[in-house]
Amino acid sequence: MNVPKELRYTKEHEWVRVRGQEAEVGITDYAQGELGDVIFVELPAVGTRVSHMKPLGTIDAVKTVSDLFAPVSGEIVAVNTELKENPALVNQSPYERGWMVRIKMAALAETESLLSADGYEKVLGAIA
Amino acid sequence: MPELTLRDLSVQGHRGPRLAPLDIPAEGVERLLPRERVRTEGPALPEISEPQVVRHFVNLSVLNHHIDRAIYPLGSCTMKYNPKLNDEVAQLQGLAAAHPLQPEELSQGAMAVIWELHGWLRAIMGMPAITTHPAAGAQCELTAILMARAYHGERGNPREEVIVPDSAHGTNPSTVNQVGYRVVTVPSGADGCVDIAALRRAVSEKTAALMLTNPNTLGIFERDVGEIARIAHGVGALLYLDGANLNAMVGLASPGAMEFDFAHINLHKTFSTPHGGGGPGGGVLCVREALEPFLPAPVLERAGDLYRWNHDRPRSVGRVHSYYGNFGILVRALCYLKSLGASGLAEVSREAILNANYLKARLRDAYEPSHPGYCMHEFVLSASRQKSRGVRALDLGKRLLDFGMHAPTTYFPLIVEEALMIEPTETETKASLDAFADALLAIDRETVEDPALVRNAPTRTPVRRLDEARAARNPAVTWRDLEAG
Repeated sequence: MNVPKELRYTKEHEWVRVRGQEAEVGITDYAQGELGDVIFVELPAVGTRVSHMKPLGTIDAVKTVSDLFAPVSGEIVAVNTELKENPALVNQSPYERGWMVRIKMAALAETESLLSADGYEKVLGAIA
Repeated sequence: MPELTLRDLSVQGHRGPRLAPLDIPAEGVERLLPRERVRTEGPALPEISEPQVVRHFVNLSVLNHHIDRAIYPLGSCTMKYNPKLNDEVAQLQGLAAAHPLQPEELSQGAMAVIWELHGWLRAIMGMPAITTHPAAGAQCELTAILMARAYHGERGNPREEVIVPDSAHGTNPSTVNQVGYRVVTVPSGADGCVDIAALRRAVSEKTAALMLTNPNTLGIFERDVGEIARIAHGVGALLYLDGANLNAMVGLASPGAMEFDFAHINLHKTFSTPHGGGGPGGGVLCVREALEPFLPAPVLERAGDLYRWNHDRPRSVGRVHSYYGNFGILVRALCYLKSLGASGLAEVSREAILNANYLKARLRDAYEPSHPGYCMHEFVLSASRQKSRGVRALDLGKRLLDFGMHAPTTYFPLIVEEALMIEPTETETKASLDAFADALLAIDRETVEDPALVRNAPTRTPVRRLDEARAARNPAVTWRDLEAG
């Protein structure tokens, strides 16, 4: 299972890449494997305000539909429009080309509540 | 494609029946129709003989799986056998040729059929008021939650939330969202039933309704249903029964006695009308008296020996279906009810429960049951053990197709890892149940000896494993799409 060390994680299987005030968000390798082939990703418009661990979008996969949660509060400043044409990027490249949104964080301190790679691996260990 | 289309089979000059020569004076079509209505070219119909047409459709009918071929154990979907008598009765000319725009005095027979069906269903459900307008279960849910909003609205506050257990069908939260309420999810406890302590914390004056499936989607009877009703009613919320799993209860227990305020029936699940293949479905919503004024309009009434549709329903949530629901389906359901009778219906429920428990007992050593103990009409296994050998629930389902059997429901309910949800229904014989169990046990051995065989299944079907992701992303639903693709 691929869990990059430099990223932060949630128990709901989102990853977060912190760059200054911005948080880039996607779903983990484990999550994409469990969901199976992703068919459609519904994301909010740029400018939408999102709150910590509230749903911000949905992911339609062959097996099921699941919510994407906001790991941090703030404002959506970018969405990955490439996913509209090619949702399979979430499966093929969950941590790079499959990113979903960038959030301008309202409170940087919120990132401290996120899991480290080690912490997330423990979550996965408890599931398996 | 294993079967050519009728267009591909067409040969110029081939004919089915030949018409006899005209023995009356010919009248030019140009004189009978306005010029713009007269076509200048013949229709592009395939030219083909009758036996070819018959063979074509018989061949097509065996390319897909259906209940007339073999067991179809889709849990919670209840793919039960559709007795042919239902179809014969529905084809009686007086019923099949009735038109919904006929005046009421010429529709009394058809209205009597609906009235009689209402009587049977109200008795089974233990509830006083009913509509048979909705097209299927999800539309019943929508109708019910719209009625809940109207009911609370009349009391001054439509409220904000609807509570849904985490084992519920996806249509429950979807309905709640459609009506504009917020979904509050309550977890299941270790026994697979609603966590009563969590439910107590979740209810409040904001709760408009609680949607419960009983037996739930794990095939377990919610034994605390009385307490659940008290908790919901304690805050003035309405209790809704998702009747998807009614097949385990008919004639044995009634939603009315369990204090449900409204409850739905899927005629295409519980009362043997066609399910799958376009149906159409048949949805029935039963309600207690306080909700009666909000039922969809018009409502069927009887005065003496005469039936009438009452359209004067100012508090109704409105129409939910054209005319009076899917009438041909209502006829089939009534035929099923009358041919079984009250004692036969209870026997159906007992047989459904017995068949499910027999299958569960045969499979529980190879596949991990979601919960120990007896089940109702269905049960859930987890393919977690098989997953550790590199084979998933999806693969197991595909492999069953190679044995000529339909897969169970997979990946539902969501709270069970690699779920296989199995509902054999009452009509399968012991031999059929054994064949199904033998197949799943053989597949379990294959996951040890040759997992790749299972991962690459199916191999004996008309088409191999389909690309489900591509089908969902770029659906081709007509032959024109295929030609274009």
